[in-house]
Amino acid sequence: MINSVPIDYYLWLSAILFSIGVVGVLFRRNGIIIFMCIELMLNAVNLLLVAFSAYLNDPAGQVFVFFIMAVAAAEVAVGLAILVVMYRGIRTIDINVLNRLKW
Amino acid sequence: MVAAALIPLFPLLGFLLISLNVNRLQKYVAATIACGMMLLAFLVGVYTFFTTSGPVQIDLFTWIKAGSFESTFGFLIDPLSLIFILVITGVGFLIHVYSIGYMHDDEGQNRFFSYLNLFVFFMLLLVMGSNYLIMFVGWEGVGLCSYLLIGFWFRNQEYNSAANKAFIMNRIGDLGMLIGIVMIFMNYGSLDYGTVFGGNHNTAITTTITLLLFVGAMGKSAQIPLYTWLPDAMAGPTPVSALIHAATMVTAGIYMVVRNNILYLMSPISMEVIMIVGLATALLAASIAIAQNDIKKVLAYSTVSQLGLIFVALGLGAFTAGIFHVVTHAFFKALLFLGAGSVIHALGGEQNLRKMGGLRKYLPVTYLTFIIGVLAISGIPPFAGFFSKDEILAAAFEHNKIVWALSLLTSLMTAFYMFRLLFMTFFGSERAGEHAMSHIHESPKSITVPLMVLAALSVLGGFLNIPEALGGHHAMANFLQPVLAPVEAHEANHSTEIILMIVVVALTLVVIFLAYNMYVRRNDTSVDPEETTGVRRVLTYKYYVDELYNAIIVKPLYALSKVLDNIVERLGIDGIVNGLGKTVVYGSRGLRFFQDGSIGYYLFVMVVGIILILGYTINW
Repeated sequence: MINSVPIDYYLWLSAILFSIGVVGVLFRRNGIIIFMCIELMLNAVNLLLVAFSAYLNDPAGQVFVFFIMAVAAAEVAVGLAILVVMYRGIRTIDINVLNRLKW
Repeated sequence: MVAAALIPLFPLLGFLLISLNVNRLQKYVAATIACGMMLLAFLVGVYTFFTTSGPVQIDLFTWIKAGSFESTFGFLIDPLSLIFILVITGVGFLIHVYSIGYMHDDEGQNRFFSYLNLFVFFMLLLVMGSNYLIMFVGWEGVGLCSYLLIGFWFRNQEYNSAANKAFIMNRIGDLGMLIGIVMIFMNYGSLDYGTVFGGNHNTAITTTITLLLFVGAMGKSAQIPLYTWLPDAMAGPTPVSALIHAATMVTAGIYMVVRNNILYLMSPISMEVIMIVGLATALLAASIAIAQNDIKKVLAYSTVSQLGLIFVALGLGAFTAGIFHVVTHAFFKALLFLGAGSVIHALGGEQNLRKMGGLRKYLPVTYLTFIIGVLAISGIPPFAGFFSKDEILAAAFEHNKIVWALSLLTSLMTAFYMFRLLFMTFFGSERAGEHAMSHIHESPKSITVPLMVLAALSVLGGFLNIPEALGGHHAMANFLQPVLAPVEAHEANHSTEIILMIVVVALTLVVIFLAYNMYVRRNDTSVDPEETTGVRRVLTYKYYVDELYNAIIVKPLYALSKVLDNIVERLGIDGIVNGLGKTVVYGSRGLRFFQDGSIGYYLFVMVVGIILILGYTINW
């Protein structure tokens, strides 16, 4: 089953997912999209952890993933709250508008 | 015997009690504490005087211990320190009592008394310490207290300048003193009097040390070239002047020289220097005193001159004569200052002699006691000054006729200016303004009683040390014997001594008559000091010494500090500091463009950074 899929595939998949996330973070301006891209990167790493955990027969990696998911859920709550507040304040979630925090 | 340690403790206690409650204590309470502490100190001093035989050293505790250096905190009670203890506490007590009356309506009276007590404490420390270090602590302490007291009325800027002047002049002397003490430690390995005096002496080094110590004495005892602070010290309240001039402070230098007489006797050069400086100071100050019109200034220069005379005695090796004159001088100079204070008090602050005159019938007690003081300082027998001055003159006569002649001249000038002072104050026409005359009154008991006691002492003080020529047996000389290095005695012929006395007294009487002629008969007080010419003008302006110091020391120093201020400070130090600041400012101005507020850009930089870090860690 899972062992029939070589570890390389998982590596490539998570690398691709991670890169998509990075590119999304760098090039999109919509706050929610950026947020989703960050989640994508996070889950690419999660996938990698799980794959290696299964490959090495070490459950520690999967335990880590549970922790990361729990923390990520909390982080999402905070992040979305910030976006909501931002929208209420300036009626947009375009991050390029937020450029006054300087000097 | 440990009771002696209480002597300095009482004034210290008084100082602490008053200064810690300076705003809480009633005036009379503070005055009582201060005077009471002085009285207690004096009584313990008297008790110690009668119960001590020979030098006793009281070691209280180890004060400083560092490597091979060790200094105990202890007192040395011997005839020399006993004499000074009695003079300081005795005369000091009278001055304290006097201050009650003199300062009764000054708002700073409590502060004043706390300073007075501190002053006496440090002076006692100076004369009682058993090593150079304690003496130096006292030495610095009296310098500090003189500063505080001269600038006591600190709202007057001129008084503050006078206080600064006293402090700075003393510092110059103290530097010499300090170097001398360090050299003593380097050469003798100890600062204890006993060890040092008994150590191996080397004439060259001893000469250097004694000269350096004498520089300290020049400052404290107001000798050329550091004497100019003392006349300016008149800025302080009159009791302070009396305390500085009579009981404490200026006698410190004399005490120091006599204490180190063993070292000084080993160095003929130092002795010669002391004598010459003393003689020059005595003549200079006496001649200035003749032309001064401020009652306290005359007395101040008189003190400088008398101190010079005492140093002549010390330089001649006549230590007993010097100490004897210190004691009698303490009596009559305190009397004269307090008398002058009483006059100033009566006239509501007037110090100008030209605005006095004819006060004899208004201030009878002050007048009578003042006359005793004047007779004593002029050296009229049988008053105190006669014996002590005669002792000095006799020593000078044995040593060198020129020194004797110049000392005699000083002494005659002393008689002249003192009688001039007396005549201008108490005789002649009444020149005080109407306002002052309407308020004129004899001073209260607290002022007149100390005057009377001091007058009695000025009459009797001379009998402490009657020379053999007059049937005495040099009581004080015998008393001081254990402290002084043995000097081969070559007593002058008794008949010569008596002839000398007669000559001196006769000349003094002639001078007094001259003064009488000038200031009572011819009433020569109308000359405005601003309009005088020639010698008189030079004397009025004190030989322009202050101006000279201003021109050769103060002004160049100011110029130098201007240069340092404008070039070193502004361009150098400020340049470095401001340059650093500017570098940071301009640097940050460039760097801040990286922070442009756009989040996308931050993210980009962050990702690039991470990639670079990863690349770096993986490849290496």
